[in-house]
Amino acid sequence: MLSLRDLLNRMLQIIPTLIMIMAAVFIIVRLLPGDPASAILGDRGSAEDVARINTQLGLDQPIPVQFLYFVDRVLHGDLGTSITLGVPVAQLILERLPVTLLLTAMAALLAVVAAIPLAFLAAIRRGRGVDLTIGAFFQVGLSMPVFYTGIVFLTIFGAGLRWFPIGGYGDGLGEHLYHLFLPALTLAFSLSAVLMRNLRASIIDVLNADYVDFARSKGLAPRLVLLRHVLRNALVSTVTLFGLSVGTLVGGAVITETVFAVPGVGRLMIESIYGRDYPVVQGLAMTLAVVVSLVFLLVDIVQAMLDPRVSR
Amino acid sequence: MSAVPGMTPPLLSVRDLVTEVATARGPMRAVDQVSFDLADGEILGLVGESGSGKTVTLRSILRLVAPPARVAGTILWRGRNLVALPERELRAIRGREIAAVFQEPMTALNPVLTIGLQIEENLQAHTMLTARERRRRAIELLDIVGIPAAASRLDGYPHQFSGGMRQRAMIAIAIASNPRLLLADEPTTALDVTIQDQILKLILTLRQQLGMSVIFVTHDLGVVAETCDRVAVMYAGRIIETGSVATVFAGPRHPYTAGLLASVPRTGGERRPLQSIPGTPPPLSQRSGDCAFAPRCAFATDHCRQRQPTLSAVAPDHAAACWHPEALTTAPPRTAAIAPPPRAPSRPTATTPLFEVAGLVKGFPVRRSALARLLGKPQRVVHALNGPHFVLGRGETLGIVGESGCGKSTLAQCLVRLIEADAGTIRYDGIDIRTLRGAARRGFNRRVQMIFQDPYGSLNPRMTVRQILGEALHVHHMRPAAAIPDRITALLDLVRLPADAADRYPHAFSGGQRQRIGIARALAVEPECLIADELVSALDVSVQAQVVNLLLDLQNQLGLSVLFVAHDLRLVRHISHRVAVMYLGEIVEIAPTEALFAAPRHPYTQALLSAVPDIDHSRRTLRIAVRGELPSPLAPPPGCPFHPRCAQAIDRCRRERPALTARGGDRLFACHLAPPQDGAAAAPRP
Repeated sequence: MLSLRDLLNRMLQIIPTLIMIMAAVFIIVRLLPGDPASAILGDRGSAEDVARINTQLGLDQPIPVQFLYFVDRVLHGDLGTSITLGVPVAQLILERLPVTLLLTAMAALLAVVAAIPLAFLAAIRRGRGVDLTIGAFFQVGLSMPVFYTGIVFLTIFGAGLRWFPIGGYGDGLGEHLYHLFLPALTLAFSLSAVLMRNLRASIIDVLNADYVDFARSKGLAPRLVLLRHVLRNALVSTVTLFGLSVGTLVGGAVITETVFAVPGVGRLMIESIYGRDYPVVQGLAMTLAVVVSLVFLLVDIVQAMLDPRVSR
Repeated sequence: MSAVPGMTPPLLSVRDLVTEVATARGPMRAVDQVSFDLADGEILGLVGESGSGKTVTLRSILRLVAPPARVAGTILWRGRNLVALPERELRAIRGREIAAVFQEPMTALNPVLTIGLQIEENLQAHTMLTARERRRRAIELLDIVGIPAAASRLDGYPHQFSGGMRQRAMIAIAIASNPRLLLADEPTTALDVTIQDQILKLILTLRQQLGMSVIFVTHDLGVVAETCDRVAVMYAGRIIETGSVATVFAGPRHPYTAGLLASVPRTGGERRPLQSIPGTPPPLSQRSGDCAFAPRCAFATDHCRQRQPTLSAVAPDHAAACWHPEALTTAPPRTAAIAPPPRAPSRPTATTPLFEVAGLVKGFPVRRSALARLLGKPQRVVHALNGPHFVLGRGETLGIVGESGCGKSTLAQCLVRLIEADAGTIRYDGIDIRTLRGAARRGFNRRVQMIFQDPYGSLNPRMTVRQILGEALHVHHMRPAAAIPDRITALLDLVRLPADAADRYPHAFSGGQRQRIGIARALAVEPECLIADELVSALDVSVQAQVVNLLLDLQNQLGLSVLFVAHDLRLVRHISHRVAVMYLGEIVEIAPTEALFAAPRHPYTQALLSAVPDIDHSRRTLRIAVRGELPSPLAPPPGCPFHPRCAQAIDRCRRERPALTARGGDRLFACHLAPPQDGAAAAPRP
């Protein structure tokens, strides 16, 4: 079990990660060709105008100095103001982040709900028809790009069968969930494929473990052996994979949000990169890093609950 | 309790058991036509080398073989045929009437469930006890198997238990519902000898108290000699000889049993060279209608190569599956003629020191967490070496023995500087090697070669034998490029591998052959000294003898000095001139081999010797050789490191660390209790 001390330890370890991400993002956006002023003014801007605006924004300072200013503001809770929209970055993120979080959470839940029973079925009937069918189905999920899966789902369930809306976000939680179902399913498809394959392999491993034979030698019912002795051990490695996939999931969300016109941080991110809106890109990257780090922490906690050997 | 066979119906009667397991190359007959009876209260030893089918036989009784496997024949358990019993009815017998204990307690206990739950689920399946009663019974069971502070360990997880305690917990689970029969699959193989001794005695005590019968699967003939009433020897999936332990061990009638008995090193008696059985067991997938042992048998005739013998009586209560069961009683075993046994180790003539080691210290810091570092928690250290000193003479074989965690491997690695010692001196041929650099260090590395324990892990699987040996030759510029192929052939010949082995990859060889390749690699650079860390501990006993004898031959031939690190005292006795016994990073006794085994002086050496199972011993007494377990090397006890487990410890032992001092002849030991007078008497002077 993870003790309070272990928890503190893990949280301490997040800090250097965040500092590194902060520095990396800060430098990388500035390495992109172009700058905010050119992006705002387009072809019409003269060199003087560009220089003037950049000076106003403090972008003429050396990068290390800009970084120190940035760190100072972040430590005071200020993520800056969007250059193109003129709105505080924090406000922008607060508006958009819940949408993306809800989308990824739904996707993760759908993936897990699909993966666990199917993995069990495939593992127990390994090599037979059911296993091969499940395997083939998920092979599609693994090999199809997310945006393409999205378009296929959109065409079939949205435009064709009209079961789900083809885009937008709606009002109220019920509407939100309804609108996000297809995008979440899109995201979940590839994730559940990865999880299912991994879980199937670890269930097969665990089924061959000595302790499963030993449990059977006690005369336990097969159901009890599966639920108590197999599932929990098999989940341990899959939980790690799940945590690692969350980062990918966020990346997938950016694309999916574009396909389904969902107003989440994904679209905001793409727009601000085009507009060289440094403060928004930085703020978003930081926020997503925090979210992913928190998910990793959560995974560690779950893992410690599943496997007592993890703590320390 | 013990029944006379033939008078009462047996408790368990196995007839023509055939178990086929699925492999990548199709079904394989792991158990072939096995038949045996087990009387009420009896302990039957099922022995054989790896792949002989003993474990599969045991698991077939409870139908615990993986699903695609097929079990046929009859297994009559108190009138019911377990092979044909519906799964539901079999479940009521599993754990209730017949319980099992597996080899590796770390893998047989579920790592994510508490010990308490794993005991209680047995009770839940077979009794009507309430949750509270189950818990009380679980505490009682842990108490019975000798787990101290049982109530507080109930909520612990397997990884929080030591190896010995885990095995005790597994036994507690097995006996939870008072089974009539205990199936014990190598229950002590993963344990150190002093802990093995405790567990064997626990099983013997429990069988007396609970009136259980036991089927004991093991590869260790010593364990069979000391614990079993009857024995069944398995080879290539069949029982080839069976009878009472006394009869079979005194007069084996199957050449395989005889060969096996001759290849087992012993703790007592004359130190004759080990005999080995040539060749390796056949792959089960290629069995045909002959005697499976014929290719390795000195007595084999054409008849043996054509027809398979069946188990038939050679004497009352003694049966063998051999066409020539009289051969052993009339002719001396001709195995000796095929593999000439090397000379027994004799005292080397010159004893100029080669290695001189003094006060070696090595600690491994334990990783601290970020928080611990932030809070300035003290660094904890595993004290692996606490200042052993010894001398290895030129041409001498020094055996270093000790149980796991005693620091023997760390010592071996420090000597070749795979690990750098923290303090102390290591002189090789008069030169302090801890400060050697560059060419001088490479020169030393050539003169002293290490051979590793794991024949699978220490050879690069992607290199052919030629490349492996060539690399060693190349690194040390031993030969001009043109001479290398000849040298490789010569090296392979030296370790008795065929020349065509050079172009094969390690996976194409058996464990014993791989160890030969390891030896050849070490010899490639013409070293003066070999350091062998558990050279043969991964090998079966008949193959082990081959490799050990090869090493002895090479030593005589090439005048090598050998440091032989091992946990097996019996083996060390057969090959060493002197033996050093290690405990918690120190040498507690060092003496010429005969003297050490004839009259061990340190209480730990005495305990180790009495704990080692030996085929010359008869029934094991129930006196425990040494109580308790190895203290944590994180916090070694003050004073004598052995005092917490020593029955004779006095007050001084708790305060003062005894020094390793000479007590007559070549004998040194570190104990406060030594009466000086017989110290001189026990050690024969050279």
